[in-house]
Amino acid sequence: MPGKLKAKIVAGRHLPVMDRASDLTDAFVEVKFGNTTFKTDVYPKSLNPQWNSEWFKFEVDDEDLQDEPLQITVLDHDTYSANDAIGKVYIDIDPLLCSEAASVISGWFPIYDTIHGIRGEINVLIKVELFNDLNRFRQSSCGVKFFCTTSIPRCYRAAMVHGFVEELVVNEDPEYQWIDRIRTPRASNEARQRLISLMSGELQRKIGLKVLEMGGNAVVGYLQCFDLEGESGLVVRAIGTACTLDKLTSGSAPSTNTALPTSSSSPPPFSPSKPCSRQSSSSDTDLSLTPKTGMGSGGSAGKEAGPLKTLLRQQTQTALEQREFPFFTLTSFPPGFLVHVGGVVSARSVKLLDRIHNPDEPETRDAWWEEIRQEIKSHAKALGCHAVVGYSESTSICEEVCILSASGTAAILNPRYMREGCLDTGSTDHRLFLSVPDVLFTTIDMPPEAAVTGKGCLIQARLCRLKKKAQGEVNATAISNLLPFMEYELHTQLMNKLKLRSMNALFGLHIQISVGENMLLGLASATGVYLTALPAPGGIQIAGKTPGDLNNEHHILTIQKRINDTIAKNKELYQINPPELTEELVGSPIPEPRQRSRLLRSHSESSDELSELDLSHGKKDAFVLEIDDTDAVEDIHSLLTDNSPPTGFYSCNTELMPGIYNWTSGVQMFTSVRVFRLIHANLTNQGLNKIFTDLCENLLKSFYFKLRSMIPCCLCHLNFTVAVPEEELIQVAVTAVAMTFDKDHSQEKSADKPTTKEQLQFPLELCADSSSSNNQPSSKISGTASVDYGSFADRCSTWLELLRLKAHTIRRGSVKTSRRTQSLAHSACIHAHTPPCMPPGVTVVKMTPLSFLPGTRIIKYLGIINMFFIRETTSLREEGGVSGFLHSFIAEVFAMVRAHVAALGGNAVVSYSMKECVLMENPNKNQAQCLINVSGDAVICVKETDQEPMPSTTNTGQTCSSGADGAT
Amino acid sequence: MAVELDVFVGNTTIMDEEVYQLWLDGYTVNDAVKVRMEGGVLEECEASADVLLSDTMDQYRTFHMCERLLHSPTKLANQLLFQIPPHRQAILIERYYAFDDAFVREVLGKKLSKGTKKDLDDISAKTSVTLKSCRRQFDNFKRVFKVVEELKGPLVENIRQHFLLSDKLARDYAAIVFFANNRFETGKRKLQYLTFQDFAFCAGQLINNWTVGAVDNLVDDMDVDLDKEFLQELKELKILITDKDLLDQHKSLVCTALRGKTKAFNEMEANFKNLSRGLVNIAAKLTNTKDVRDFFIDLVEKFIEPCRSDRWTAADMRLYLTHYTNSAHILDTFKHQVVWDRYMGVIKSCIFKMYHD
Repeated sequence: MPGKLKAKIVAGRHLPVMDRASDLTDAFVEVKFGNTTFKTDVYPKSLNPQWNSEWFKFEVDDEDLQDEPLQITVLDHDTYSANDAIGKVYIDIDPLLCSEAASVISGWFPIYDTIHGIRGEINVLIKVELFNDLNRFRQSSCGVKFFCTTSIPRCYRAAMVHGFVEELVVNEDPEYQWIDRIRTPRASNEARQRLISLMSGELQRKIGLKVLEMGGNAVVGYLQCFDLEGESGLVVRAIGTACTLDKLTSGSAPSTNTALPTSSSSPPPFSPSKPCSRQSSSSDTDLSLTPKTGMGSGGSAGKEAGPLKTLLRQQTQTALEQREFPFFTLTSFPPGFLVHVGGVVSARSVKLLDRIHNPDEPETRDAWWEEIRQEIKSHAKALGCHAVVGYSESTSICEEVCILSASGTAAILNPRYMREGCLDTGSTDHRLFLSVPDVLFTTIDMPPEAAVTGKGCLIQARLCRLKKKAQGEVNATAISNLLPFMEYELHTQLMNKLKLRSMNALFGLHIQISVGENMLLGLASATGVYLTALPAPGGIQIAGKTPGDLNNEHHILTIQKRINDTIAKNKELYQINPPELTEELVGSPIPEPRQRSRLLRSHSESSDELSELDLSHGKKDAFVLEIDDTDAVEDIHSLLTDNSPPTGFYSCNTELMPGIYNWTSGVQMFTSVRVFRLIHANLTNQGLNKIFTDLCENLLKSFYFKLRSMIPCCLCHLNFTVAVPEEELIQVAVTAVAMTFDKDHSQEKSADKPTTKEQLQFPLELCADSSSSNNQPSSKISGTASVDYGSFADRCSTWLELLRLKAHTIRRGSVKTSRRTQSLAHSACIHAHTPPCMPPGVTVVKMTPLSFLPGTRIIKYLGIINMFFIRETTSLREEGGVSGFLHSFIAEVFAMVRAHVAALGGNAVVSYSMKECVLMENPNKNQAQCLINVSGDAVICVKETDQEPMPSTTNTGQTCSSGADGAT
Repeated sequence: MAVELDVFVGNTTIMDEEVYQLWLDGYTVNDAVKVRMEGGVLEECEASADVLLSDTMDQYRTFHMCERLLHSPTKLANQLLFQIPPHRQAILIERYYAFDDAFVREVLGKKLSKGTKKDLDDISAKTSVTLKSCRRQFDNFKRVFKVVEELKGPLVENIRQHFLLSDKLARDYAAIVFFANNRFETGKRKLQYLTFQDFAFCAGQLINNWTVGAVDNLVDDMDVDLDKEFLQELKELKILITDKDLLDQHKSLVCTALRGKTKAFNEMEANFKNLSRGLVNIAAKLTNTKDVRDFFIDLVEKFIEPCRSDRWTAADMRLYLTHYTNSAHILDTFKHQVVWDRYMGVIKSCIFKMYHD
């Protein structure tokens, strides 16, 4: 009995009228935790009852405290018939279990009903008394902090980054149980909400246990997802990065941090016998289509299956590689953490869902993910990298087919940061430092120390592919066959669009492939930038299939001119004026194609054609687009029709816009959802592509229009999620934040930033054993670019070749890319000046998908917000149709998130995201149902009063490296 | 390709004041889009008609969802569904309760009942205020009326506190409530030249001087009902016209004071007895509810029109009424000075307001 939970019901307000006769309500409250229930007295005839109850006390195990939510039900007392439920509030008490988070939950919560939405508010007070219990076999993991934020949280420093943690739990979905046929929709929805809340609690507790075993005290970059597999069950899975975090107290000197509490007692973080990694056997391959359908050629079989694991176990390599998965869900890192960034690695796998027979043995799902992760790991190895950063996993489910996807960025990490110091770095590092690609693709945020020229912009590749309706394995095979082509084409589009903007690097790349009954949707989003350290990208060259045809030649020239014009225009728009040394290249956007690497669009070509690809390793690459049919013309048109944001607007999908440094305090987070019905009977792939592209472009246009009052402004962290909820329907959901900035000072930062000690220290440390030219950080911007000019030219073709191979030998939907670059070792300060005053108002809760709010400093993390809601209606028309229904539901979800944060004592949610938005409608029956899952970190932030620009980042960098030095 | 669903929800509720006004004015979404397009908002931001339509729909939905809260504005401040900065809340409320002068002029003094509501389409046609907007305004009047009906304390203050309105708007609503309660006739042709603001001013005068609240501020309906005792006392003023000596004395006092000060002196002298009878008769009849309703029409017929036909200027009017009121104090047989002042104070300012040159 190591915990006592106490709850007090204070009052209610704005209750709905439950008794039509008196226009009043006789309300009382049931408070339930686990199997214990308490009730308040009935407060008769009032819409604003004052219960002011006694303290209800629950004596419970801390395991239950972690798993269970506190359930508060408001009811209307009825003498003659059953009491009517007004609504419920579920309160996750996890934040109270951690001493550093919130100490009390107190405030007004919306009373929520899955049928009627919010119905008034209730004021409650909750406390937890924990008794110390040092049972080493304990099942709870109280005290482990969870963060959705994918960077080291602002008021902490990372004493150690332990690595990847994952867990999944499965259960039957109550919606599909037999009892659902006889119970009300409300009961069914509530059962589901409660189950998911329980499962998330359990999942978090289990992950917490793993973290404790690893010697950590926190999970950063915690990503929890639901897979609603329908008949076959409900999966809740999570990944994260285990860390040991030390709180930075404002007064503490860096030297106090040198003693690492974990160093003596805990097992070495990279010890080979990792207790946390589940060694699930993947012998049950019946469900795994990949090996069975015969798509896998001989090459892949050896790669995916058992032998790899045995091989891995035999390997006696560095500590990092001995971990099962050297993955990090973080997307931005303390300075010095990343030594080298390889390129994007991704893996996809198509699976057939089957009923989960035993919820306690989630092995099948585990094995699936295990397989995918192994593939990611091997891709990273193939790129010469030992770690994967910016790692994430996702699924797309349609009926019984499920696409599992994982992606990340292969990277080499600074061994010193890992404290073990046993990484074999010498020669590898040297080699990697010298290889400079001309284009870099990554899934991480842009490191703040990387220097950029001009501004960045959002780049999206969009793709639709029709597929025949099919069942079972046939369907899965069809999907598997399409995946590599889609990936290839998305990459091609990205590359072309990047070049069209004269940029040379993509950050925050996220590729989503969504499956529907009769089509696949692919959406790749990333933020393009011109990295000063990388060479200027080549242009795009148009070539006709039949040279000599005069008419055609003319046409090609026109298109070529348009492309060149667009490139020139974009350069001006994004202020890309690279240093003089690349001038000859910049002068003409299209360099003379001495040797060409030809880029063919893949989907219509046969493999014979593909094998004829001329992949030469020229000194300069110009992308050649061949116009061989009308499709190609349209493709080029679609390239050119991408609208740039209107004046005063910028957009990116990373945390911050590269090239903008002086954010002001204007923040507007929003969620937008659009569903399109395709009404043309016979759609072609091209037609679909156009529709899909227009959909995305129009959404962006709408945002710009709506937010026009915030100009100058940037849409940050634009997160698009696509789905095919039904045949003929395309759903796009976007969550992003619009932030204002000060236009006048946007340029000055990178120039006048004084060189500080850390900045010097960082590259020196990295390049300890590389050539001397790399040791001078100041000369690096221009130096490397010119010196290594020749060596990067072949990168693009390597990348293409890999893609080609992938597309040629269809194995499974996986693509690896081999982008390599030198370390991103330049300093630029991303932080804003102290902004003007924030608007007053105590109850305001700001929300943002970013890990911070501009102009403020986070002084306390209050705990994770992870909420799941279901809303259903049987009066769709009366609620304003699907739009009205979803509009109010999203507003309600926001309201409930804000209320929870405010009750924890917070004033903001950072790293907010809407993980799931599943909408099902049946207008004929006047019904609709929607599920939304949101998460984020509740924080207290204060106005940044002092001038020190980056208290957390700078200090963290310095203290960490000194801490690491002291230990090794 | 059809948009099946299209929503945009901001953490801070986004509201465009222009669209809000169009919504309040009862424009349909399509009409509102047209108006916005003509307003040139598209050119400023490189947007298309689709974008405008989508934005307008979103905003209309938001306003629709907010409307319930606007019905009891105090809820808007502590509800959790919409995060709206306080200054914006104030704008939303103020605009929601704002009304068209043309519309209010039509319903002023009418019973705020279902019957009147049925006539709204006629009013809409006549005033070219959309029916939707008419309904909102009418419902606002009715809602305010119902709430303050049962409250103690000063009318204007009650309205301001319960509906969080500005002082000006609260006063206007007080006038509307006052007129509706006493059913003053305002619709007659002869009264058509008067604006709502004219009446609102008069209502303010009546509320401040003639109601129960003017003497005692702890009674129900204190600002809505006229002070019965006072109305009874007004009968005593009849002596001014029934007593021939008093009437002559009064006339000579006024004429002495006015002589040589105005071009309209001859008309004033000739009409004195008529005008005085008019004003005193109005006072004497106010105990009848029916005559209270005709208060304004009587003022116009018995006093304002005769003066206007004699081409008095506003200054003439001021001069005449000042002396007319003051001279009564010098009449030694006239004992009702307090009632006279309370009566004439309001009459004077009402007539000044209602006398348009």
